[in-house]
Amino acid sequence: MSIFVDENTKVIVQGLTGGQGRFHGLRNRDYGTRVVAGVTPGKGGTDVDGIPVYDTVGEAVAVTGATASFIVVPPRFAADAIIEAAQGGITFIVCITEGIPAHDEARTYNRLVAEFPGVRLLGPNCPGIISPGKCNIGITSGDIALPGGPVGIVSRSGTLTYQALHELSQQGIGQTTCVGIGGDPVPGTNFIDCLAAFEADPETRAVMMIGEIGGSEEERAAEWIKAHMTKPVVAYIAGVTAPAGRKMGHAGAIISGSKGTAQAKMAALAEAGVHVCQNPTEAGEKMVEIVRTLAG
Amino acid sequence: MDLFEYQGKQYFARYGIAVSPGGVADTVEEAVAVAERVGYPVVVKAQVKVGGRGKAGGVKLADNVDEVRTHAGNILGLDIKGHVVRRLWVEHATDIAEEYYASFTLDRPNKVHLGMLSAQGGVEIEVVAAENPDAIAMLSIDPRLGLDLETARRWVAEAGLTMAAREQAAELLVHLYRCYEDGDCDLAEVNPLVLTPDGRVHALDAKVSLDENASFRHPEWDEYRATETEDPREKMAKEKGLNYIGLDGTVGIIANGAGLAMSTLDVVNQVGGTAANFLDIGGGANADVMAAALEVINADPKVRAIFVNIFGGITRVDEVAKGVLEALSRVEIASPIVLRLDGTNATEGRAILAPHLNDRLMTEPTMLDAARRAVALANA
Repeated sequence: MSIFVDENTKVIVQGLTGGQGRFHGLRNRDYGTRVVAGVTPGKGGTDVDGIPVYDTVGEAVAVTGATASFIVVPPRFAADAIIEAAQGGITFIVCITEGIPAHDEARTYNRLVAEFPGVRLLGPNCPGIISPGKCNIGITSGDIALPGGPVGIVSRSGTLTYQALHELSQQGIGQTTCVGIGGDPVPGTNFIDCLAAFEADPETRAVMMIGEIGGSEEERAAEWIKAHMTKPVVAYIAGVTAPAGRKMGHAGAIISGSKGTAQAKMAALAEAGVHVCQNPTEAGEKMVEIVRTLAG
Repeated sequence: MDLFEYQGKQYFARYGIAVSPGGVADTVEEAVAVAERVGYPVVVKAQVKVGGRGKAGGVKLADNVDEVRTHAGNILGLDIKGHVVRRLWVEHATDIAEEYYASFTLDRPNKVHLGMLSAQGGVEIEVVAAENPDAIAMLSIDPRLGLDLETARRWVAEAGLTMAAREQAAELLVHLYRCYEDGDCDLAEVNPLVLTPDGRVHALDAKVSLDENASFRHPEWDEYRATETEDPREKMAKEKGLNYIGLDGTVGIIANGAGLAMSTLDVVNQVGGTAANFLDIGGGANADVMAAALEVINADPKVRAIFVNIFGGITRVDEVAKGVLEALSRVEIASPIVLRLDGTNATEGRAILAPHLNDRLMTEPTMLDAARRAVALANA
């Protein structure tokens, strides 16, 4: 099984008529994803390579019955696009837009939680989600993923998500679903959401988790894993040798406390029983070992 | 983007937050002119983006024109933790009855805004947080609702501010929140926020960090950008729109995505090398961006080898390959380049480079192999 999306998921693309939207929207369709419509205000009635375009999400959903949206619009329009998707009846929103102001993200997230409790937002600033062989929403290159499971991947970093897929596929280890949650300050979906979904998915037998410095999501994930996760987890945290970030001033330092460094995250995960690795290759090798043990 | 104190105060003033009258000075004569205008006594303050200015001798009180000359002369050019003082802020000195602390920032774990207010200001707030956490009144603010005056009034009472300061402080906090929210700050911090003996509340310092993602709706930020960075490598990268941080090693790093760039630094370090920089060319980078990245790295004399680590997603590897060739045709790259290319259009990208490979331009199949090769070249 896959989490959040599957072969039946109908997807609209908000921004399909733009350069990036067209490239990735068509690439998702070529992969086999059911891309049923595009939405661009003012371009309703046209089409992109046979995919009909509507003026609003509401119209597109009414005509096609889509439940998922892939948002590829510039940063200044992204927050409104997310809310429009939720208002239009979409329940799973993937927003890859990079560079959305943090205050827009915070406002949008809180509006979704309060007004649209059944809606899940993935991202923003994420690579999207791929269930190999079934559905690919986002910018991940489908040919680096391998269908059939048994590994679930959840990652905060875009390019390291591809790296993780690649490391496993090269070794013949497939994936159930690979979720890129994105590294922005206010992600719609977090590690714990994905870990819980993988824990509940019978076909996922192990999980690879890719984190990075900053914030405390990895530490929170470690607490959750310790309390609830029965499946093996392999983790890699990027940024061990990264220069100290641009100083956020005193208030930021207090919120993150001693947390936020790669070392603190790795220690918290190791303490929760996670196999913590030093680089993506080592994480891939560790996962291969675990999967072969599970199979044997 | 972090602002200098004087810029932070100017930003505060836009939102109606009371600050001391003052002005900027780049020379002793300018400092004198500001002092004469705002009236003695004045405080002469070094403008550097680093803490501990006072202890380093970067903040001095001056009662007359001779003292302004002496202090301004001493502070200009002073090295404070590696930051050379090139600009002063001179303001009318304020008598202080009480010192408070106030800030707004994003509470990432809870995805709401967080206000912090303390009657124990003027000292490092981390110390207060560690030794006496109850002395900080925390206020969670729903980003949909913001901060109203009623809530601010309850908040100043809860923080235990003196009665005489409360109403003005509450009003100032509402303005500060508006500055934080409408002004797209990652952080808006006042330490100290002071009550004067004659009963006025105003901001004596300003620490403001702006969210650069919001720059499209803040044309007024352009002036801050001009003064932002001192490292010439970072300046050049900034002009070319690249996300670059200079380091001290010998392997120049170019990667797409912050995560992969950080991971690249880690791996270079693990195989015995040192990174000269962090450089993320971002998502969707084209040939021009790649060429610009190579030029920035090439300008760093410490670099002995360049490691280009690309896993294409939204970035297309064929564009990256074209950019490498473009850069090589435009400028002479002093160091050998090792590339690792995977992901979107990787086959096309490798094909573009294939006829040009030699001992100055090489590819490796994996990230680890490429790191080893680049480190070997840098250490040779």
